[in-house]
Amino acid sequence: MFGKLTIEALPFYSPIAAGGAAVTVGGALLVAIVLTWLKAWKYLWTDWLTSVDHKRIGIMYVVLALIMLLRGFVDALMMRAQQAMALNSGGYLPPEHFDQIFSSHGTIMIFFMAMPFMTGLMNVIVPLQIGTRDVAFPWLNAVSLWLSAAGAALVMVSLVIGKFSTAGWTGYPPYSGIEYNPGVGVDYWIWAILISGVGSTMSGINFIVTILKRRAPGMTLMRMTPFVWTALVASVLMAFAFPAITVACGLLALDRLAGMHFFTNAHGGNMMNYVNLFWIWGHPEVYILILPAFGIFSEVVSTFSRKRLFGYESLVYATAAIGILSFTVWLHHFFTMGSSANVNAFFGVMTMIIAVPTGVKVFNWLLTMYRGRIEFHPSMMWSIGFIVTFVIGGMTGVLLAIPPADFLMHNTTFLVAHFHNMIIPGVLFGYLAGYMYWFPKAFGFAFHRGWGLGAFWCWIIGFYLAFMPLYLLGLKGMPRRMETYNDPTWQPYLLVAASGAAVVLCGIGCMVMQLYVSIRDRAKTRDLTGDPFDGRTLEWSTSSPPPPYNFAVIPTVSDREAFLEMKEKGIAWRRPAAYEPIRIPSNTPIGVILGAFGFVLGFAMVWHIWWLVVASGVVMFAAVIVRSSNDEQEFTMSAAEVKAIEDQRYRLLGSRS
Amino acid sequence: MALLLGACDLKHAAVIDPKGPIALAERNLLFDAFCVMMIVIVPVIVLTLWFAWRYRASNTKATYTPTWSNSVKLDALTWLIPAVIVVAVAVLLWRSTHRLDPYRPLESKEPPIDVQVVAQDWKWLFIYPEQGIAVVNQLVFPAGRPVSLRITSDTVMNSFYVPQLAGQIYAMAGMQTRLQMLADQPGTFVGRNSQYSGGGYSQQHFEVRAMSQADFDAWVGRAKQAGTSLDATTYPALAAKSRANPITYYSAVEPKLFDSIIDKYRHSGHAHSAPVRR
Repeated sequence: MFGKLTIEALPFYSPIAAGGAAVTVGGALLVAIVLTWLKAWKYLWTDWLTSVDHKRIGIMYVVLALIMLLRGFVDALMMRAQQAMALNSGGYLPPEHFDQIFSSHGTIMIFFMAMPFMTGLMNVIVPLQIGTRDVAFPWLNAVSLWLSAAGAALVMVSLVIGKFSTAGWTGYPPYSGIEYNPGVGVDYWIWAILISGVGSTMSGINFIVTILKRRAPGMTLMRMTPFVWTALVASVLMAFAFPAITVACGLLALDRLAGMHFFTNAHGGNMMNYVNLFWIWGHPEVYILILPAFGIFSEVVSTFSRKRLFGYESLVYATAAIGILSFTVWLHHFFTMGSSANVNAFFGVMTMIIAVPTGVKVFNWLLTMYRGRIEFHPSMMWSIGFIVTFVIGGMTGVLLAIPPADFLMHNTTFLVAHFHNMIIPGVLFGYLAGYMYWFPKAFGFAFHRGWGLGAFWCWIIGFYLAFMPLYLLGLKGMPRRMETYNDPTWQPYLLVAASGAAVVLCGIGCMVMQLYVSIRDRAKTRDLTGDPFDGRTLEWSTSSPPPPYNFAVIPTVSDREAFLEMKEKGIAWRRPAAYEPIRIPSNTPIGVILGAFGFVLGFAMVWHIWWLVVASGVVMFAAVIVRSSNDEQEFTMSAAEVKAIEDQRYRLLGSRS
Repeated sequence: MALLLGACDLKHAAVIDPKGPIALAERNLLFDAFCVMMIVIVPVIVLTLWFAWRYRASNTKATYTPTWSNSVKLDALTWLIPAVIVVAVAVLLWRSTHRLDPYRPLESKEPPIDVQVVAQDWKWLFIYPEQGIAVVNQLVFPAGRPVSLRITSDTVMNSFYVPQLAGQIYAMAGMQTRLQMLADQPGTFVGRNSQYSGGGYSQQHFEVRAMSQADFDAWVGRAKQAGTSLDATTYPALAAKSRANPITYYSAVEPKLFDSIIDKYRHSGHAHSAPVRR
């Protein structure tokens, strides 16, 4: 009846694991109680969970990302604490728990923090920047969101029922195979990635079509904003790269479930095929995450330098070049596998070539700041902190790209420091810059500046404290993922690294305070104009938050900085003679239903509850059929309704002056 | 004070303080590439901070060109500077990757000594085919003589790692990888597994000792007196999972044991395994 699921699955094997489970369950209960107390369930359901509005979907993505950031960061704190104290002792975590933590930390941060954060920002901003009313496939967009949430929920549930994978975020076989890992942990990892991966692939397709087909009249490709360009290239990468990890995880699942031998030690299996497939996705994934962040930096640096972006064409070509090259470097993740010198050298050189377009971007941001009028908004601070820190990570990346040097540094904490040095400043700082930049656009009130700056300083100082010692430990030959160690000279560095994690914790505290203070003071800090930063691009031309239809009249674009040009020509905010009725996609519960049953399906696969697998599969299939048979997928907002919303907007605009 | 202590400590860091020509060449490569990169990294960091300060909004004396966004010369430079650096490092990379191919035997007047390495859960087995002995968790060889390693795994993927002498390479079941090393002087070094492999991974380190030829011969002689032999009947007990194994000697080893450990995986079921790069 319940497959492999028994009462033994509850985490009473260790008080710390039980504590983690209690916090998870308690947190979920607390949210449910608050929602009930606020009588907010109906509002939540009708206005949010069933919404297909790209702005709401985007906000829900970002909320998911921030929740998972907290979880992933707690994992990081626990690892730093363990390594700080585990000299010649077991520390406070047994190896079987420590390895779950490093596995879930990586999995969560990449798949359930960075990916939803990026997709969320793309959702909120891309349609606004290209001057359209929604994405090409609004319902598919909701399905993507809920499948991502289902994957995240599977990782969270593994805290409470059963254990998570111990095979690291990369899940290399044969260790992740059934022979060496008979528990449910790897299955949780596989199904979380498979289910959310389907969502990511569909997001990629959705944004390719949206950007190529739904741009406002006059917006040629070379008039798109840098963020839209990077979102386009990242979407292409998503559509092409994600199938590789879906195949890799699918085959691993067949090895585990059906006794097949794709990646096993014996019977003709070969783990090297998995490693190749994984990184054929995994390297483009780095650029999927980082390109949109580059786009955000481009927007932010230009806006807060009060200056046109330098070298737009170069930036576009650099983005496209990175997109293509990202598929030609995957082998640099395993120079130590024994490939011939020619193969290793080829992939090493390709990796270096990617440094060229990346370097071009850095110079372009610098030259945009040059002779500007720089305002130190938190988003600008994230950008400056990014440039300074990211080039260090780029440098260590080039070092690791030299195969013989990689033989020395691979799999050490030097590698760990390197990729955090790319992902934290490059990806996370970019998303946080975007989050603080576009927050007033999404919610219609200001985001507190002081707490934002506090978050920035804590994050960047904490980053240096946490990761510079790891570079040095790598030079001392410390492998990654060590639960205990016997070299007393490592400990001082690990103590400094742990203090860095504590400083980052303060940064996260600042982010929480920033949200709290901003929401508390929202009545006083309303964004009446929709253009709080003297913006240059179309998203600032509409109200904050934008109306459901984004633009009452679709704008016509004649310059790269479309809105700045309108303001200079004096045609911004011009009222049209009359309004037209607007077709808007209707809300539907089918997306959230698919997500819920996707979660059930994954859970049932993990625990081998076959009847439930079939049942949830049938429900999902039926839901899609029901949706496909529904011809009433949009409703019409009448011209009078549009006029009423716009009249309100212009009253606020007028009250400003 | 702490910085000074740190600097002293780092002088002896495994990667910075190599004890053999391979690790030394790899380290020098790291240093050379680092220096070349600094030509561009330092100016970028300085310029970023300087521009941020110089062109701050409150400094109204600074030049302000809000629409300047294009310059063919500067555009060309932004592509050329990184390209030139990359070409320089790429040449370095191509040459060194071939020169330091871990499969390439070392050139030396001394004859190489062969050692076969088997990664197990969670220990390392070293087989000396010429001497007919085997050791767990200790790799001993004469200083000044090249050591030619053949590496495999009898479990999940491991990575054989001796930072002061050779760097690392993966150990994979049913396959053989190779690594060369050489110690300039007698000494004791640390070897580890750097690829996570399960619960005993953190304790899966081994002692690496380079000694004079005479000491090595004496060491082989002592191992020969251990009185235990490693063959098809005693091997499974050793291969079983165990943590933090003490150094153990086997005075006799079944010939071809290493090959049989590889073949165990290659000949089971369908023989579609990848060809071995010898």
